[in-house]
Amino acid sequence: MNKKDVNDKKSKKSGKTDFLLGNVACAEGALYAGCGFFAAYPITPASDIGEHFVKRVMDREGFFIQTEDEIAAIGAVIGASWGGLKAMTATSGPGISLMLENIGLATATETPCVIVNVQRGGPSTGSPSLPLQADMLQARYGSQGDYELIACAPSSPQEMFDLTVWAFNAAEKYRTPVFVLSDALVGHMYEQVHFPEPGELPVINRKIPERYDKKVPMFLDEDVAPMSVFGRGLKSNVTGSTHFADGTRSVASIAAMDDEIRKLRGKLHRAIDEITLDETCRIEDADVVLYSYGSMFRAALAGMELARSEGLRVGCYRATTVWPFPEKRVRDLTAHCKAVIVCENNLGQMYYPVAAAVAENIRVLKGTPEILGGLPRPEDVVRWVKEALK
Amino acid sequence: MKKESKSNAFRHPLEKYFRDGIKYTTCPGCGNGIVAQSVLQGIEAMGGNIDEYAFVSGIGCSGWIPSPAFAGDLLHVTHGRSLPAATGLKIALPRQKVVVFQGDGDLGAIGGNHFIHACRRNIDLTVICVNNGIYGMTGGQAAPTTPGGLKTATTPLGNVERPFDVSALAITAGATFVARWTTWHAAQITASFRKAVSHPGFAFIEVISQCPVQYGKVVGMRNDPVAMLAGYRENSIPIAAAVKLPESEKAGKIVVGELLCRPEVPEFTRELARVKREARSGKEGARK
Ligand SMILES: Cc1ncc(C[n+]2csc(CCOP(=O)(O)OP(=O)(O)O)c2C)c(N)n1
Repeated sequence: MNKKDVNDKKSKKSGKTDFLLGNVACAEGALYAGCGFFAAYPITPASDIGEHFVKRVMDREGFFIQTEDEIAAIGAVIGASWGGLKAMTATSGPGISLMLENIGLATATETPCVIVNVQRGGPSTGSPSLPLQADMLQARYGSQGDYELIACAPSSPQEMFDLTVWAFNAAEKYRTPVFVLSDALVGHMYEQVHFPEPGELPVINRKIPERYDKKVPMFLDEDVAPMSVFGRGLKSNVTGSTHFADGTRSVASIAAMDDEIRKLRGKLHRAIDEITLDETCRIEDADVVLYSYGSMFRAALAGMELARSEGLRVGCYRATTVWPFPEKRVRDLTAHCKAVIVCENNLGQMYYPVAAAVAENIRVLKGTPEILGGLPRPEDVVRWVKEALK
Repeated sequence: MKKESKSNAFRHPLEKYFRDGIKYTTCPGCGNGIVAQSVLQGIEAMGGNIDEYAFVSGIGCSGWIPSPAFAGDLLHVTHGRSLPAATGLKIALPRQKVVVFQGDGDLGAIGGNHFIHACRRNIDLTVICVNNGIYGMTGGQAAPTTPGGLKTATTPLGNVERPFDVSALAITAGATFVARWTTWHAAQITASFRKAVSHPGFAFIEVISQCPVQYGKVVGMRNDPVAMLAGYRENSIPIAAAVKLPESEKAGKIVVGELLCRPEVPEFTRELARVKREARSGKEGARK
């Protein structure tokens, strides 16, 4: 397996191993990354993350608060982040729907934070305990305006740990909200999880300027400006309205609006190669590539094995990060194949960006389980492959 | 604000609290200037170190009292959401004096849920609600504080809803310091502000304020801030006198003063610190 992994496997020698719920592993990952603030409103299947976090920080540094709703949870996360803490929230679809306006605020104000969405089915309250990959586009397009953020998709409890650490690092480094797009299957699955020792995995902290200097940009730097956190005399001037690099609001200047939109997006697109994490498996000689992410990656792998045993040349592309979308990479990796099947537990959300990315002469099909909320069987995947090769 | 010194040009004594090169934006006659001055006077009187404060505001004209003018830490967030942001900030920086500016719509309508819960938590924030009885920023629509019968942009036949008394709401929801003034009472706002920022808990100051443009338009006092201020002077009665008056004599009057002060009620961030301290010492005790 050719894996551009979150963490080097070799480093996983020390530390302890436990049999853990995915959501618990997520909370442990947050603690490992140095998360000092967690605000949330209860919702299935995400509540266990906060419940575990609060138990773990009870007698040490770090805070958990249960807010009056999800709008307040993300608002408090933004406030705590400007107060200098690494901050997160965890929720599911309906909660994200409420958070979207403030997720836009976090993006516009370049506020590092981690938002865990343990996805369930929708629309509306849907099925609280059934896993669907229901909010892939919502995460990316839900708030208003042209913006970009980072999202990763764990497919196991181990990755709930590893990718949560990674998400905090990416949030701090790029000063942006980072989504962990899990689902009820991964969040509520028990598996073996290895905890690295402190120091084994990198932990990144935001750059903070030493003193207030009006001339040093605090925002809108494509190399990511240092963050003028509160309480240190740095005279932070933070606004979600259109602003200049020093933070000053300017809502009537076309040039300022253009500059802000482009730079916020630009800082992530410039770093897209560094941000992108993915895995490929037997893709080199593949006629058909299965594009998948999160829990669906497990089904895609099983389907690939069965197809290979039948002599079909099938490979897997697994998007470990889904946003920003690595268009060129997806095109290059699939350039030699005949068809790409976008395997997802929804009616085709990532299908659209994938279809737009791959070369014109390659067929792109949707791979959706027969019954939404369940994973496809390997035989289903083989059937899709045969369909694609027709 | 600061211009390259024209040798003997007059400089406002509070100008030092303003960021360089920023113009203060209000309509002529707006009460925001009075509120800003009263607060800055309070900061001046408390030692003048603006870096000890964090200012949080939402969307609406009153959100622009601190942001972007005050030369301190400013967090200007989404409409109605300044209390959640201030809550996170206060927990992260419990020693910082966190001051929140909200409009009556920002606080009483879209942010109503956050408001009652922040009161209930008794978190140490100072909230100044600039109550102009209308949506100023968006052009004179009815607010949750607009008096019944008033014809606004969205109530052309007269407002059929009953207004909130935001101070009474604060008291009922659990705030532990509540004061109400009007912009006529600039010095009293300063005194209450000083108490509020020193008060350990959720401190709420309602300032009834003139919006001579939008509210003035609907009550027939367009661009007449002086008449509006005179109205505040005539119609306000101090709380000490008001408690002795029958309800009938209080109708249409603005009861002003310090309505509530309960510093003994436990404050949220201190309680968080306390339970943690106890958990830690319990653990140590268990080890012994
Ligand atoms: C979610 C959302 N809805 C609506 C608006 C539009 N909006 C901006 S300010 C405002 C009301 C302002 O009224 P108030 O809070 O009383 O403050 P004032 O301007 O009177 O000081 C509204 C509705 C917005 N910015 N965001």
